[in-house]
Amino acid sequence: MYRYDEFDHQFVRERTAQFRDQADRRLKGELTEDEFRPLRLMNGLYLQLHAYMLRVAIPYGTLSGRQMRQLALIAERWDRGYGHFTTRQNIQYNWIKLEDTADILAALADVEMHAIQTSGNCIRNVTTDHWAGAAADEIADPRPVAELLRQWSSLHPEFSYLPRKFKIAVTGAPNDRAAVKVHDIGLRMHRNDRNEAGWEVIVGGGQGRTPLVGVTVRDFLPEPELIGYLEAIMRVYNLYGRRDNKYKARIKILVHELGAEKFKAEVEAEYARKPEASTEVEERELTRIANYFAPPSLEKLPRWSAGFEDARISNPDFARWARNNLAAHNTDGYSIVNISLKPTGGIPGDASADQMRLMADLAEKYSHDELRVSHAQNIVLPHVKKDDVFAIWQALDAAGLSAANHGLAGDIIACPGLDYCALATARAIPVAQSISRKFADLDRQQEIGPIKINISGCINACGHHHVGHIGILGLDKKGEEYYQITLGGSSSEKASIGSILGPGFAGHEVADAIEKILDTYLKLREPQEEFLAAYRRLGAKPFKEALYGDTAA
Amino acid sequence: MATLRLDGEGAPVGASIAAEEITLIQWREGVRPVAAGFALAIPNTEDIAQLSEAVTEAATIILAFPAFMDGRAYSQARVLRERFGFRGEIRARGALVPDQALFMARAGFTALEIGDADPAPFLDALGAYSVFYQYAADAALPAHHLRARRRQAA
Repeated sequence: MYRYDEFDHQFVRERTAQFRDQADRRLKGELTEDEFRPLRLMNGLYLQLHAYMLRVAIPYGTLSGRQMRQLALIAERWDRGYGHFTTRQNIQYNWIKLEDTADILAALADVEMHAIQTSGNCIRNVTTDHWAGAAADEIADPRPVAELLRQWSSLHPEFSYLPRKFKIAVTGAPNDRAAVKVHDIGLRMHRNDRNEAGWEVIVGGGQGRTPLVGVTVRDFLPEPELIGYLEAIMRVYNLYGRRDNKYKARIKILVHELGAEKFKAEVEAEYARKPEASTEVEERELTRIANYFAPPSLEKLPRWSAGFEDARISNPDFARWARNNLAAHNTDGYSIVNISLKPTGGIPGDASADQMRLMADLAEKYSHDELRVSHAQNIVLPHVKKDDVFAIWQALDAAGLSAANHGLAGDIIACPGLDYCALATARAIPVAQSISRKFADLDRQQEIGPIKINISGCINACGHHHVGHIGILGLDKKGEEYYQITLGGSSSEKASIGSILGPGFAGHEVADAIEKILDTYLKLREPQEEFLAAYRRLGAKPFKEALYGDTAA
Repeated sequence: MATLRLDGEGAPVGASIAAEEITLIQWREGVRPVAAGFALAIPNTEDIAQLSEAVTEAATIILAFPAFMDGRAYSQARVLRERFGFRGEIRARGALVPDQALFMARAGFTALEIGDADPAPFLDALGAYSVFYQYAADAALPAHHLRARRRQAA
C-alpha cells in the first residue's frame, strides 16, 4: 500500500488548516453560504436534505486496517455510528456538523486520508479494480498509476475549475471491473510484444443524463507519457468544453459534438505542442510508488486446502457463501474474499462502526492489512489464505456480514436517493430493500445466477442504473415517485447502455416487475446462459410482453 | 480599482498602471498604442494559440474570469507562459475569489485585479501550501521532483 512521506503529510495538514480557517470564517458569519459553498465542496462537504454530508476519498478503494478503524471512529464520534460506501469507492457520512468537519479532516490526515476533490468541477478520486494486485486475470497492478494520478491531480492549478466534474478510472486486467468505458477518462493496461506496459486511453464515456460509452483515442500510450498526454486531454476539455449548460458540460458532450476523430486530432495537436520534457523524473516517481505496491509476501501453498474443503462439506451455508463470495487469487492457496454489504432488506453499502472494526481486524489478521472498497459498494479482503477462509466467514457471520449474494440479485447497487440526497427525485434505498426481500431466497438467487441490479434516485446516475443488467431510475411525476426500468446495460469491457423497457412503475410495483423480468429470463434462457447474454440474444420483446402484455409496442 | 501584484517584493497593492489598455477587437482593427507597454485584454473564449503575434507586442495580457467557476483562463495563462514564453504581466480580471489566488499564481498570473476587496485573504491563500504535486507555470518544484533530488543527494 502507498504510504505518505513528509511531503504528503505536509500537504494534507496544510489542507486541513486551510479548511479549518474557512469553516471558522463561515461559523463566525464572515463568509456567506454562497461564498463558502465552493470552498466546502472542494473538501467534499455537501449540504444535503437533513444535514451536511462529508464524502471522504478512499483513493482507488484501498484501505489499511488502521484507516478502516479510523473511519469507524469518525462514524461513532461525529456521525450516527455508521457510514455509507459509495459507487465511487468512497465513504460518505450523512449526519455531519459543520463545526466538527475540520476535526474530522484532521482525524483523516492522521491516517493518511483526506476529502480533497471528492466534489467540485475538478478531477475526482481515481478509481480502479477492487481486486487490483490480487486478481488471477491481471496483467499488472494498476494502483501505482492510480496513485501517480492522484498526486498529479491534487490541487492542479489549471484543472480545478473545469466545465464539470471529471472522473478517471484505471484497470490492469482484461476483464474490466472498474467500468473504465463509462468514465471521463478510462485507462486500460496492455503489454506490447516487448513486454512493456502501456495504456489504452478511452475518453468521453459517462452516465448521467446522456449515457455514452467512451471512445479510444490511443491504443497504446507508453506509460511514461501518461501525465503529459492526460494534460493535453484536460487542456482541450478545459478550453473547449461547454460551460453554457451544466448538463452539456461533461467531456463526453465535447467528444460527441466534435466527433471522436476531431477531438482526437485536437488532443494530439495539443500534445505535440507541449515542450518536449524529459519523463525521467516521472518514471522514477512511478518506480518509487510501485515499490509500495509490491505484492505481499505470500506463502507457497498447495492450491487445495483441506481445512477449506472440509468446512465446505460440513457447512452448507459456508459452502454457498464460498461459492459466491470468493474470487480467484493470482497465487495458489489464496482467495479474494468479497464481503457483501447487502444483507436481505439492508441499505446497500452501509456499515456500522462495529462492522468496520471487525473488517479491519480481519484484514490485519488474515489479509496482509489490506481492504478494498468496490464500486458495487462491497468490501474486499484481497489476500486471504484458503486455510483461513472458514474462520473469516464465522467472524463475518456473527457480525451480520455473511450475505452469500455477491454478484447475485441481492447484491444491488443503490445511491442514497431521496432519503438523503438534495439532488434526488425519488427514493432508491426502499426500492433496493423491497427487491432484496423479494429475492431473499438464496436458492432462487443462485438459480438466476450472475446479475447486476442498479438503482439511481435521479438522472445523475450515481447508482449506475445505465450500466446495470437491470437498471432502475427513480423519477418524479407530479409529486409521485415512479421508476423506469432499463435492460441490457453493462460496465464491463463489453460496455453497453441499457434500454428503457417501457412505462415506469410505482415504487411498490418495482419488485414485482423485476420478478417478472427474471421469470421470463429463467423460462427462455439456454443452458448456462447468464441474464445479460440472454437479453442480448433475445432483445427486449419477451420482457416487454411479460411486463406490459402483448399490446405493448 | 486596486491591482494586487504577485511578483516582486511583498506583493504590493497599487492603482492600475497607466499603460494604455486595448481590446483584442481594437488590436485586430490595427490599433497600436505608441507608448511601449500597452495592455491587451483577451476574452477567455479566444484561442490563445492563434494570437502569438498580438502577444509578442503587448507588455501586459489581461485574462478574464467572467465567473469564478469559469477556469478557461488558467489554461490560457499557462499557454502564454510555457508555450510562448511570455515574460510580461498576466493579469486576472473578473470574479476573483481569494482562495483561487494560488492556482492563478501557479498558472502564470502575476497580477490580480481585486477591486475594493481586502487583499489579506488573497495573500493568505498564496501561502496556504508549501507542497505541490505538478509542474505548472511557476517556479515551484513538485514533490516528486524534490523526492528525486533528495534521493540523489543521499
